[in-house]
Amino acid sequence: MSVFEVELKKGKFVIPECLTCKDVVWPPSDYCSLCFGKVNWRKSEGVGKILEYSKKGEMFFCLAEFEKKIRIIGTLQIYSNQPEIGKKVKLDTCRVDGRNYNFTMTLV
Amino acid sequence: MNKIAIVGYGTTKFSREEIPVESLLLNATKSLFDQNPNLNQKDIDTVLVSTNDNTKYLSAILSELAGIQPRTAHTVESLCNSGTNSVVSAYSYIAAGLADVALVVGAERRNSPGQILEWDNSRGEFKHPIFWGTIFTKAHKRKFGTTEEDLATVSAKNHKYAHDNPNAYSNKIYSVEELMNSKILTDDLKVSDCSRPCSGASAVLLVSDKVVKKYSDNPVWITGIGQKTLSASFTKNQDFSSMSSTREAAKIAFDMSHLDPIDVDMAEIHDAFTVCELMAIEDLGLVSKGNGAKFVKTLYETEDRKINPRGGLIGTGHPLGATGVAQIIETTQQLQGIAGKRQIENAKVGLVHNMSAAATSSTVLLLQS
Repeated sequence: MSVFEVELKKGKFVIPECLTCKDVVWPPSDYCSLCFGKVNWRKSEGVGKILEYSKKGEMFFCLAEFEKKIRIIGTLQIYSNQPEIGKKVKLDTCRVDGRNYNFTMTLV
Repeated sequence: MNKIAIVGYGTTKFSREEIPVESLLLNATKSLFDQNPNLNQKDIDTVLVSTNDNTKYLSAILSELAGIQPRTAHTVESLCNSGTNSVVSAYSYIAAGLADVALVVGAERRNSPGQILEWDNSRGEFKHPIFWGTIFTKAHKRKFGTTEEDLATVSAKNHKYAHDNPNAYSNKIYSVEELMNSKILTDDLKVSDCSRPCSGASAVLLVSDKVVKKYSDNPVWITGIGQKTLSASFTKNQDFSSMSSTREAAKIAFDMSHLDPIDVDMAEIHDAFTVCELMAIEDLGLVSKGNGAKFVKTLYETEDRKINPRGGLIGTGHPLGATGVAQIIETTQQLQGIAGKRQIENAKVGLVHNMSAAATSSTVLLLQS
């Protein structure tokens, strides 16, 4: 099991950063996809922006980008404001459900 | 380099039945042999199977069942564009002089494991294709003002054309209004926007120019091949309203064939979802960006079958590994002038567009009579 998945199971979103070229590696991997350098795993700030969104039933979901590189699809919790392209989101929870990762975000 | 032609084909009907993949492969192969009396099992140098099925060693199994002992036999898997990838592989064997006659058979069961890419965890819990279909649709609506009526028109057109395809799984004709009222899956996608998995198999025979006359007086030549793989992750697409792998693959194919989009008389397009047909015809250069919906509406209203004459994936069904091969068969029949009710008058140049996993990879082929 990768470091990413071990941490995700604990509810922590960690990202790999190349020790050589400093690029953020996504999807998560033990080696940099640019230079094959080894990676260091660090905690993400977990703040990103909405690239696209839609709704299934009453549930919003969105594709969001974090650290200008990491793109994930997750559930978007709406409390008052409506989602818009480019709006900031915060990664609230992350976990592993069976074979799927599960991400929940809220509008900042 | 050897010139390579398609000289034979065979197919099963596409259906919602559960049929063993070995039976599907053999039935399509038998259909090909039945239609090509000059073909003998001993002629075949290469047998390639395209499928996402988990069954192992299928090309050897098919060879044994069909009484063929080829030099080369293996499976090609690349999700939804496995079929055209197999044909490109067969082309390469012949072009390299390693074979003169290659049999390519694509097959899939209705419950194929290839429908969801489990590896792509960047999709979180939203791994089902309807979610990337939704994001493509929403992005196209936002950028080009595409409407639900535009999307329903793609579906109505392809169901209508599939009605004249005896091998299609659907034979129902729907109005645009009926489709606009179909079951809602997400805010941006309805059931009528989706192609459906099904069981089916299709086979084609590729040969070198050295032996072409033995098999056909009416061969169809593969004159352009373009392929591009950008990633495996859906989220790596840079723009969700267009398919950059398709754009790049098309440029390579047109350059190789010395043709331009204006030369294309008909095209088989990978309409996994209705929006994919609009995006693809725009990115292939058949229409300018943002004008796909207007173009398709005109085709539908004038019964012009230039795009997806067999009914596309939406009307015909989408047995993943067979789809690209079935697209090639339709294009071949159109260029041979034997497509019956579906025939496009005087078609000389055909294009096949086959893609995988939200256009993370695309294949574009150009065929000429």
